[in-house]
Amino acid sequence: MARLHSREELEQLRREILARRDPGQRCIATCAGTGCLAGGAADVVEAFRRELAARGLTDKIALRGTGCHGFCEKGPIVVVDPEEIGYLQVTPADVPEIVERTVLGGEVIDRLLYVDPQTGGKTVREPDIPFYKHQQRLVFGANRKLDPRRIEDYLALGGYRALVTALFERTPEQVIDEVKASKLRGRGGAGFPTGVKWELTRRAAGEPKYVVVNCDEGDPGAYMDRSLMEGNPHAVLEGLLIGAYAIGAHEGYFYVRQEYPLAVENLGIALRQAEELGLLGKNILGSGFDFTARVHRGAGAFVCGEETALLLSLEGRPGEPRPRPPYPAIQGLWGKPTNINNVETWANIPRILNDGAAKFAAIGTAESKGTKIFSLVGKICNTGLVEVPMGIPLRDVVYKIGGGIPGGKKFKAMQTGGPSGGCIPEARLDLPVGFDELTRAGSMMGSGGMIVMDEDTCMVDVARYFVEFLTEESCGKCVPCREGLRQMHRILTRITRGEGREGDLEALEQIAETAVEASLCALGKTAPNPFLSTLRYFRDEYEAHIREKRCPALSCKALIRTWIDPEKCRACMLCLKKCPTGAIDGGKQRIHVIDQAKCTNCGTCFEVCPTKFGAVRKLSGVPVPPPIPEERRTVARARKQDE
Amino acid sequence: MEIAEVDRIIDQHGADPSALIQVLLEIQHRHHWLPRAALDRVAERLGVPMTRVRHIATFYKAFSLVPKGRHEVRVCLGTACHVRGADRVLDAVRDATGIRPGETDPDLRFSLETVNCLGCCALGPVMVVDGKTHGKLSPAAAADALKSYE
Amino acid sequence: MSDVPLRIDGQDVTVPEGATVLEAARSAGVEIPTLCHHDRLAPYGGCRVCVVETEFRGAWRLVAACVHPVEPGMIVRTRSEKIDRIRRSVLELLLARAPESAKLQDLARRYGARRDRFAPDASFCIHCGLCVRYCAEIKGKFAVGFVDRGIHKEIAFVPEIAARECRDCKECFELCPTSYLQAAFVLAESFAFPPPGERSGAPGPAASSGETR
Repeated sequence: MARLHSREELEQLRREILARRDPGQRCIATCAGTGCLAGGAADVVEAFRRELAARGLTDKIALRGTGCHGFCEKGPIVVVDPEEIGYLQVTPADVPEIVERTVLGGEVIDRLLYVDPQTGGKTVREPDIPFYKHQQRLVFGANRKLDPRRIEDYLALGGYRALVTALFERTPEQVIDEVKASKLRGRGGAGFPTGVKWELTRRAAGEPKYVVVNCDEGDPGAYMDRSLMEGNPHAVLEGLLIGAYAIGAHEGYFYVRQEYPLAVENLGIALRQAEELGLLGKNILGSGFDFTARVHRGAGAFVCGEETALLLSLEGRPGEPRPRPPYPAIQGLWGKPTNINNVETWANIPRILNDGAAKFAAIGTAESKGTKIFSLVGKICNTGLVEVPMGIPLRDVVYKIGGGIPGGKKFKAMQTGGPSGGCIPEARLDLPVGFDELTRAGSMMGSGGMIVMDEDTCMVDVARYFVEFLTEESCGKCVPCREGLRQMHRILTRITRGEGREGDLEALEQIAETAVEASLCALGKTAPNPFLSTLRYFRDEYEAHIREKRCPALSCKALIRTWIDPEKCRACMLCLKKCPTGAIDGGKQRIHVIDQAKCTNCGTCFEVCPTKFGAVRKLSGVPVPPPIPEERRTVARARKQDE
Repeated sequence: MEIAEVDRIIDQHGADPSALIQVLLEIQHRHHWLPRAALDRVAERLGVPMTRVRHIATFYKAFSLVPKGRHEVRVCLGTACHVRGADRVLDAVRDATGIRPGETDPDLRFSLETVNCLGCCALGPVMVVDGKTHGKLSPAAAADALKSYE
Repeated sequence: MSDVPLRIDGQDVTVPEGATVLEAARSAGVEIPTLCHHDRLAPYGGCRVCVVETEFRGAWRLVAACVHPVEPGMIVRTRSEKIDRIRRSVLELLLARAPESAKLQDLARRYGARRDRFAPDASFCIHCGLCVRYCAEIKGKFAVGFVDRGIHKEIAFVPEIAARECRDCKECFELCPTSYLQAAFVLAESFAFPPPGERSGAPGPAASSGETR
């Protein structure tokens, strides 16, 4: 592709691209994000390629491997345009039929459609699937319409129009004013007003200035940034260019976790293609504005998501956060004014320039504007990435979009904000999604992870899990975090092992206060949040563990015993055969008994016992009933008729 | 491992000290570990003290200072997988490989690591072996999957 | 460079721009306890013993005096119930790691910190970083550094450099707040088992062939 020297040439190229595309032409869009790839999407794409080639249709039917569609539970996903027919859990074996009946014949294949678990009704169009219907996919929606490795697709959707507006129709100050007016707040976790940060950086003394994309998404369970970076890197780049122009920076860095190889790859391709077209480099589109960007990979440190640690990592140093002030906007990379924003924050910028601040701010609550992408995962029917307007009740996310809890289990809590956040219990599910609302409830928005937990989740174990994560990820520089987490981990582990003591909660609270008040960085300051919020809403679980040596969720291995109810056992021998330690005694018509000395509480017998019997039970805090006498262990023939 | 190869990687990054982590990532990727001789060369040519190279090689978990096994097994312990029982899967993997996370077995067959979120939460619990994702695992299925790796 | 006026414990103080709260306090004769601070080294902000409160938008918040830059009109207090409580807690966490440290015990007495508040896990090193920073910033030898992170973080000598430099130096030993036990221990270890070819006069097991131990 030839280099573009003006905005007119860009528009000319866009027209040419669109002219080559027939909006009525059948097009196959297959999700090629990491999640679907793990589920076999590459084979599906290959199968389509072969099938189209075999039928001589390669030039007639467009086939696209797109960015993540978001409905990860049901991948691999295939959408046939222009009708937007959505097929779920597609395998290579389905491909010939899809080409024959849908692509060529315009027919819908029933068995591949979404089925409503309640009504059994099927949905044909992807956007009508309840999972999608209740979302507002203003940022994420483009993913499914483009191949991230082809800049033409981004241009066809109107890409880089916002950049042109910024470079040719706005002064840098006007761009900042627009972003300020939108009231966009950072999507990485802290929620600082983006426009204000840009202004601080622009006004700070020092040259050169830098802009940085934080793609070190480290919260376990969160993968929004990965899917944006893999699926639509140009949206992030366009936002970065606009920000660089506004701030007066000519050099930028993409900091991407090395655990995201596809994101690194697709980003590299996007940068090369942008450079080729002259959208990166010197005198972009003849505007006189220069900008170059480099990609730096992370090397496996959660703490490098913290901005000062990230900057140190860019400088080739260990990621041990620096005290703030001074803030990076004033003294950042190499001591120069640096603006760091999260991937999703940058991806929102083109929309603000294209649609205007007022339209952006029309969505959301008074203090939280726009939409937010969340990863809805855990004990939820519809696992995936969802984009919703700020202000939507959490309940709607869980039930209308998430489809509720699988297995007929009861919702217990939703964890938001990762290791820095807290749990929202059922009683608070009507909370509207927003920065301050979540913070007031004892959690925080964080980067957007929403981990759903059910009645089988032990909340004490949740606290222990997050503390354990942080003992490894803490940089270790300051005492409250390093030593505080060390002790918190020790105490919480004891509690989950049935070794909790009176005074443990007070000790934990003392450490929590110290870490919150005196830690050097946000990792330490927010580390106690999972403990504090689970204590706030589930104190009874802590007390049961400590005082009664009982785990109410029947989860902590050291506090449960597995027992077979002789009233329900039908001696089917399934558990006996599966038991990894041979702890079950019994026979064909002899009621099974678990030898507690050999039992490791692995839970296998619990899982394999047929639901109609439900004879295996987990007990906690109560003694195991003694085995019934031998003579009563014979299963009477008559009872066999119950089976 | 040839010093010439290390030099090539260093030159590709302009022997810039700020590229230290990127250079080490390249070496780690090629050799699956960071040999001492490579670290010495990097310290020398980038002009950074050995203490910094060593701190970085141990601070960032992408790096290994010991050779790794033929098959890298990574079990996800991210929150979503944790909630779906990843701990039990890890137990089964430990039993099947005979090693704990962070270790390599004496035959250099497996290296085991836990990771905190591979971003395939819909497939949880998840284990990746040599880049291949095994999802929706039960403890038994995980142990089974490992049998085929020599 | 303009002068910055601020108020510490009710006292008006003026210091040059760029000064830290700790420097400002000292210039006014107000004492703030420290552990990881050293006048010849760049401020570190790791131990958090020096926390003080500053007023911010009507509320008090804690900052580390040794690294926090002074701001015009800043109001600081160096003692309060909360400050003392946090300092006590920091000391209690440290005492679990170095219960025998005279410096820690002295501070503990002043703040009522209990040695056995938390389960002991004595390692002697409290990561003040003084040895590492001194060797880097003052001596320029980089003989000792940090390894790993979080609860696994440690200090370690680079044996080749230590074998060459440390015997005639040892200036970091007296900086160690817990005792120079740790420093000496690790150093001795690196002397005792130097890598081949770097023996430089120190006896090692391989050198004594035929001798009984």
